[in-house]
Amino acid sequence: MLSNELLWFAIVAAVFAVYAVLDGFVFGAGILYLFVARTDAERQLVLKAIGPVWKGNEVWLVAGGGLLFLAFPKAFAAGFSGFYLALNLVLWCVILRGVSIAVRSHLDNPLWRTFWDAIFAWSSLLLALIFGVALGNLIRGVPLAADGQFFAALWTTFTPGPTPGILDWFTVLVGALSVTILAVHGAHYLIIKMESAVHDRARRIAHTGVWTVMLLTMVAIPLAPSVQPTLWYRYDAHPVGFVLPLIAVVAGGTTLACRRHGWDGVVFLSWSLFILGLFGSAAWGLFPNLLMATGNPAYSLTIHNSAASPDGLQLGLVWFPIGISLVMTYTLWVYLSFRGKAEHFSSEDSYE
Amino acid sequence: MTSALFYDRLQFAFTATFHYLFPQLTMGLAALLLYLKSRAYWSRDTHYDEAAHFWTKIFALSFAFGVVTGIPLEFQFGMNWARFSTFAGGVIGQTLAMEGVFAFFLESTFLGVLLFGKKTFGPFVQWMTTLMLFFGSWLSGLFILATNAWMQHPVAYAADEAGAVHVTSLWGLLTNPWLVWQFAHTMTAAVVTGSFVMAAVGAYYLLSGIHIDQAKTFLRTGVVAAALASCLMLFPTGHHAALQVFEHQPIKGAAFEGHFHTESGADLVLLGQPNMDTLKIDNPLVAPKMLSFIIHKHFGAEIKGLTDFPREDWPDTMPLLYYTYHIMVGLGSLFIPLMLTAVVLLWRGHLFQARWMLWTIMLMAPFPYIATTAGWMTAELGRQPWLVYGLFRTTDGNSPLVGSGNVLFTLLGFLGLYLLLGLLFLFVLFRTVARGPAVPVGLSANGKGAL
Repeated sequence: MLSNELLWFAIVAAVFAVYAVLDGFVFGAGILYLFVARTDAERQLVLKAIGPVWKGNEVWLVAGGGLLFLAFPKAFAAGFSGFYLALNLVLWCVILRGVSIAVRSHLDNPLWRTFWDAIFAWSSLLLALIFGVALGNLIRGVPLAADGQFFAALWTTFTPGPTPGILDWFTVLVGALSVTILAVHGAHYLIIKMESAVHDRARRIAHTGVWTVMLLTMVAIPLAPSVQPTLWYRYDAHPVGFVLPLIAVVAGGTTLACRRHGWDGVVFLSWSLFILGLFGSAAWGLFPNLLMATGNPAYSLTIHNSAASPDGLQLGLVWFPIGISLVMTYTLWVYLSFRGKAEHFSSEDSYE
Repeated sequence: MTSALFYDRLQFAFTATFHYLFPQLTMGLAALLLYLKSRAYWSRDTHYDEAAHFWTKIFALSFAFGVVTGIPLEFQFGMNWARFSTFAGGVIGQTLAMEGVFAFFLESTFLGVLLFGKKTFGPFVQWMTTLMLFFGSWLSGLFILATNAWMQHPVAYAADEAGAVHVTSLWGLLTNPWLVWQFAHTMTAAVVTGSFVMAAVGAYYLLSGIHIDQAKTFLRTGVVAAALASCLMLFPTGHHAALQVFEHQPIKGAAFEGHFHTESGADLVLLGQPNMDTLKIDNPLVAPKMLSFIIHKHFGAEIKGLTDFPREDWPDTMPLLYYTYHIMVGLGSLFIPLMLTAVVLLWRGHLFQARWMLWTIMLMAPFPYIATTAGWMTAELGRQPWLVYGLFRTTDGNSPLVGSGNVLFTLLGFLGLYLLLGLLFLFVLFRTVARGPAVPVGLSANGKGAL
């Protein structure tokens, strides 16, 4: 049975998943930026590669937040106020990253550029880490009280338990996984967009990075049910959900196989699918919860007890399909228009 | 004054005020850019292409700062105002989500195309891109203002069993009578800012004797647009915005006019200081009976004063509200004669030689920012003590578990970060202006030169 609440859960999860894939490769390019691009010319080229698309990619975050607000206002309010400190860090990093890209090339001064390069790289790294940690928090659960609110300290004992902090060994592990996955994702993007030295360095990083990801995934996934046993119940009850982790496994395998043939486009797409598969697997385990309580499971915020009114959900379904179809159409048009090596785009330099 | 609520309010006020310094320029410039790009496209005149190219740089800079300072606002609804979001998410979640999906995607995606597509696309696509940028930025304004208009004048909602509200009609939400004048007034104000800045840059170049040709275009475009928009600010948009305040929010109206006691034939206070102990205006300079005339077109009409309403319903920062309103109206009234004079000089062919006028235009650039900020403070301080007017009080809205220490921590963080951002923006802006509108060889925007 397809209820509107379920549909909105799928929509919100899908929008955040697309955000992870699209802004993910920008984070990845940022994380690798200082290593793969050594000279100023190389760095300008990396910025050119993400330049035409990164602004649009970032909007998926804003849209995801807005749609969560629309569909599940209680979960939006509880989650955003509960993760108050972590989300402020996200905001500050988002600000620093956006500004660093915007002003970096305005001055032809090596100190100026080195400074903003470092800001770009570090804010990208921190964002990838915090978003991973946030996902870890969603999986592990948060200390929701009876009134449906919580406030998570940045850290308590660094172990998952009834009153965990935002940082514990499990969430940090997910954060590290997120950083490596997105770094590899960024490398795959740069392989497509770059030539010569940057291309070669990105390829080397992707090569070792994939194995690091596999290793971390092997560690994290068996540990997840021990941190949050209910994750498993959902799969137990509805084994059809196993298709999602299966997608991740197949996509990961495809990445490895196609890499040998040098099919860089397929590698990038299959790694994107790998991210979507992992994200979907987590969402399937969480469903129907949006925020799981570490204490009394009755305090969890689910799609049922935190949804907006049926009228609101129905109205949202009227305009959302139209809006998102338009977005996907012109986004696809932009990606196709700017396919190929970044050298061939005109540069923002002309807008210095 | 050290409660979490106080810091919550201060943080939202500060971050929203700082944020809006950027979109008012980008929305205003989007309209002017569309004009320049259209001239360039239909006349195939590289002169207008150069002009558009230069203002695209400024637009992109302001846009980048606007985006990064705008995201915190959406997040703060949940972070700092959890109880309000739980209450009102069923309504304002719709407009905020629509802003993301219909507007923010559009402007962000097409700005990327405009900035990096000179080699990839021909002149038509570039013109279309500018059009999309204009639609995106103005639609964004529409949805955000629809959100604010609902908080000022809630319509098209119903209450759930749990006490929260939800939307009953999207059409009702987007055709909120409040929104019509608010949107017109706000967008015109954005054009005022954009055109004042454009004219100021032109005046600076002319006074410095550099980039003369472009300077004249900037001045012509800026001065004409500024004169038109400044007039529209006062009438009809400002006038009707004030009328609907007196109709639906009489307390706000009385507070910003400094009108304490109900009177027939109420005076319009031009200058003076509200005295909250004696409930009078000190050192008043008034226009006799003009307030009654403006609001009711009748010199003897009765206007309700603040003391007719319970004190707990008064805006809690009444004197500040009174000043911001008078600053907004005062500056707005100054812009009209200034820009009309400039237009007359332009028409008579004297503007480019009238150095006193060029100096004035150049130095006036910051004032639309002050007027707009004062205008928003009027709207928002006047909405107090309500978050949703007449429906939900500000004291009931903040997050219960985010303590004052945590909010102060992030408030200080935003203060520090935004101070640096402000300096950085001005630094890069002044450098861009100093470098001037010359286009590097081979990058003329009709796309042919590059290939």
